[in-house]
Amino acid sequence: MVTKKSKKEEKPIDIFKSRLVPECRVLSEDEEKKLLEQYNISKRQLPLIFSTDPVVKALGAKVGNVIEFTRKSKTAGLSKYYRVVVGGIRG
Amino acid sequence: MTLPQSVEEQLKEMKEMFKLNKTQMEKLRKIAEKQYEKSLIEPGEAVGVVAAQSIGEPGTQLTLRTKLLAGAMEMTVTQGLPRLIEIFDARREPSTPTMTIFLKPSYATSEKKVEEIAFKILEIKLDDIVKSIDVDLLRMRVEVELDPEMLRKYKLREKDIQRIVSEEFKGYKITTGSYKINIKPKGEDVDIKQVYKLKVKLKALHVGGIKGIKQVLPMKQGDRWVIKTAGTNLRDILQLPEVDIENTVTNDIFEVLSVFGIEAAREMIIEETLNVLRNQGIEVDVRHIMLVADVMTYEGTIKGIGRYGVSGGKASVLARASFEVPLKHLFNAAVSGETDRLTSVVENVMINQPVPIGTGMVNLKVEKKEDKK
Repeated sequence: MVTKKSKKEEKPIDIFKSRLVPECRVLSEDEEKKLLEQYNISKRQLPLIFSTDPVVKALGAKVGNVIEFTRKSKTAGLSKYYRVVVGGIRG
Repeated sequence: MTLPQSVEEQLKEMKEMFKLNKTQMEKLRKIAEKQYEKSLIEPGEAVGVVAAQSIGEPGTQLTLRTKLLAGAMEMTVTQGLPRLIEIFDARREPSTPTMTIFLKPSYATSEKKVEEIAFKILEIKLDDIVKSIDVDLLRMRVEVELDPEMLRKYKLREKDIQRIVSEEFKGYKITTGSYKINIKPKGEDVDIKQVYKLKVKLKALHVGGIKGIKQVLPMKQGDRWVIKTAGTNLRDILQLPEVDIENTVTNDIFEVLSVFGIEAAREMIIEETLNVLRNQGIEVDVRHIMLVADVMTYEGTIKGIGRYGVSGGKASVLARASFEVPLKHLFNAAVSGETDRLTSVVENVMINQPVPIGTGMVNLKVEKKEDKK
């Protein structure tokens, strides 16, 4: 019962089990292109997600990838949201 | 045209309810599409201003003070306006951090098991299990006397405590007796300050439970038991095998960000805001709150609504200057030679030009005759 002071090796938490984390996947290059064309935007105009984000780590996405989130929306049922992975540490 | 999933579901329901055939269904879908298109927000609509007003007005009716809830089994949680400000300002730590821990079904139904787990996660400091911690000035050391009763209560063993102390204070002269631990700081000439510092450190030494969980309170929600806590430590709690990861949450949004990521943090901002408003009997449309949450999390981190967050990140100098501390922004912009492209709203108000909102967003271009060729 006593927690040891020496750091126990932590098991990784399966974050996708949480109701807070929406379903997500990494878009393929073709899908990316289609998406940017559909909204007539460049990749830089997408919302960001940091490469240090637990979701990005769990998916194994690389900097520059676009991640598609399928949110459970209170108004639309399901809604899609896209974020582009950027490097660096969040401040 | 693609309809959102919630509308599709309603259509399906209608179909079953009224037993519609194919042509009727098509008609209904056409009407639904038309109505949907009508109810979409128009391009150029100033949704931010509408959201600000829609949250701001009911905000005047919120409790201004941190309310203490009387009652034996209730914990105090910041509510009303102070909490709302906390959320929107993106404070690093909430003033009353709490967790709601859900347990796996096999544990959640029995009160006894839940209490056991609650007891297990409660943080225990050395100070909680001692009869006394005294400074012996004559021998320049701290004397700790453990309380056997408390040890039994928290199911700790004397040996473990001794081990933890000796592991934490390596190099210190430690002598142990029955339920007694004496510690002397390193070095030959020890001054009084060092000894007192050691005493403070000893008091706060973490000996059991999970760090940060200061209070536990098993509560019944429906037919399930949950544990409400004061203090949060999401990462360590989720490591426990009894905990149901799906529903367990903390009100510390930055902790959610670091454990579950930015999308979960957005979800939590919405949830917490709705909770605050609902507790005070106020209904604000989710759309407004969703917009605010989206703006706050747009850049991958949580940004507060304010000088250091969203407003401070604007591209236009004049827009930033118009919010708070104008001189600072103007000086800095002048020093670094910034240009203002006058593309947004505030700047254009300042220079008395049409703002890019609604009809101001579109430009007309006259087609000249020679262009036609």
